[in-house]
Amino acid sequence: MARRVPTSRKWLVTIAAWAIGFLIFFPILWTILTSFKTEAEAIASPPSFLFFDWTLDSYREVQSRSNYFLHFYNSVIISLGSTLLGLVIAIPAAWSMAFVPAKRTKDVLMWMLSTKMLPPVGVLIPIYLLFRDFGLLDSRFGLVIVLTLINLPIIVWMLFTYFREIPGEILEAARMDGATLWAEIVHVLTPMAVPGIASTLLLNVILAWNEAFWTLNLTAAKAAPLTAFIASYSSPEGLFYAKLSAASTMAIAPILILGWFSQKQLVRGLTFGAVK
Amino acid sequence: MATAHSRTAARFMIAPAVLLLLAWMIIPLSMTLYFSTLRYNLLMPGMEDFIGFDNYSYFLTDPAFFAALTNTLLLVGGVLLITVIGGILLALLLDQPMFGQGIVRILVIAPFFVMPTVSALVWKNMFMNPVNGLFAFLTKAVGLQPFDFLSHAPLTSIIIMVAWQWLPFATLILLTAMQSLDSEQIEAAEMDGAGAFARFFHIVLPHLTRAITVVVLIQTIFLLSVFAEILVTTNGGPGTASTNITYLVYAQSLLQFDVGSGSAGGIVAVILANIVAIFLMRMIGKNLDI
Repeated sequence: MARRVPTSRKWLVTIAAWAIGFLIFFPILWTILTSFKTEAEAIASPPSFLFFDWTLDSYREVQSRSNYFLHFYNSVIISLGSTLLGLVIAIPAAWSMAFVPAKRTKDVLMWMLSTKMLPPVGVLIPIYLLFRDFGLLDSRFGLVIVLTLINLPIIVWMLFTYFREIPGEILEAARMDGATLWAEIVHVLTPMAVPGIASTLLLNVILAWNEAFWTLNLTAAKAAPLTAFIASYSSPEGLFYAKLSAASTMAIAPILILGWFSQKQLVRGLTFGAVK
Repeated sequence: MATAHSRTAARFMIAPAVLLLLAWMIIPLSMTLYFSTLRYNLLMPGMEDFIGFDNYSYFLTDPAFFAALTNTLLLVGGVLLITVIGGILLALLLDQPMFGQGIVRILVIAPFFVMPTVSALVWKNMFMNPVNGLFAFLTKAVGLQPFDFLSHAPLTSIIIMVAWQWLPFATLILLTAMQSLDSEQIEAAEMDGAGAFARFFHIVLPHLTRAITVVVLIQTIFLLSVFAEILVTTNGGPGTASTNITYLVYAQSLLQFDVGSGSAGGIVAVILANIVAIFLMRMIGKNLDI
């Protein structure tokens, strides 16, 4: 039950919370604002917040000097591809662990989780050399494989926690009625599992989109997703704040929007059910 | 009850995931272990020979290793300190009744969704740059000399950037945990005359212990592997002032092509991460009842 609080206190809390929220969000806001400035205005002193000549020049510039949409396309393919592939592998596994648990199910789950704890740098060299020898360096396919594997434990775990909430009696009823395993999955389980699968998909697309160890180390130009593309702005050049801001805004906007829909899943997916 | 038929089917359904992860664990990790016992430089192919533990003694006695270990601990510790304390305070604030709570939540969570390379470059150029950055403007506005963050306090600067990215995560989890606290318990304490501080330290904080532990452990796993933020801002420098273990291994293997010593470093990183992982796994295992 909500407790009654004096209005004055509520206003005080509101002001404090909005001020702090604004402060935390400010770097993002500032990036978005700067992306609409000219390069000269971007470094103007004193800086202007809203009263400048809004322009889309930087966005045009970013696209014309380096094929921005190629990198955007790479990010989409890599994050979506690795998540979908991961789901295809994880759904059956999570299904059977949730509904036909065996003695060792818990051990298997814990072991899967432990693979996620492996620091990427521990396997950097072998993966790099294997990629080099198999011609996978700077290929979207290679990155899809690696990101599938590093996110697979999270996908299995998230699906497992969602599937476990589906009442088992319904499945048994279907089985009594003579439903085959396949019919059970397609007609009974899937409709109930779709929300959980959607949440898992959402969170993992976000994680894969922002992954910045393997994408930086295994790509050069052709297959570079946005994380690696933005890194090319790390070498200072003349005036580039507006261009950097435009490229950054385009890189984070889609995921910022997706992210706001996935707040709840974030807690669930990243704490492996340890916080409820 | 599961039938024998469905049990066999279940095994087949788990198999792909298990086999893939097993391959992902065993093949590269055993290759790293193997390379770590070789004198192996990519610039001199065909010259590999077995040298036992020499790479380890070389890596562990390198002054850069000690610097990197210290930096790693400072980075992890600094970010944890900021995010846990900040997260508790923010969660306390966001848990209060207010107008527009949903929007404030969105504002606070946003940094978590910004990719590391973007956040690092935005902080480095638009805020911390000593000439054109916003911080330089503010210090000049109050009549002080602008401070060159990334050359004079590189590690602190990186801690600030990374803490900004992880504060939302800590806040969100602590807020979730706080909302599961029974409000009647708080009200009862209030009626018994417990002040705000007493309520916080005797009811709220003990309730949060578990969530705090989870935040600390999960963040540590990720923070041990901070890489992109260092790569695009300082390249580990000046000198080794902002090199962590992850970056050191990267530099030795892919910049100096010393696969042998880089592999030994990789194994050291795996051992460090495992120390944390064991505690985390225990926490999660306790909570999982099948």
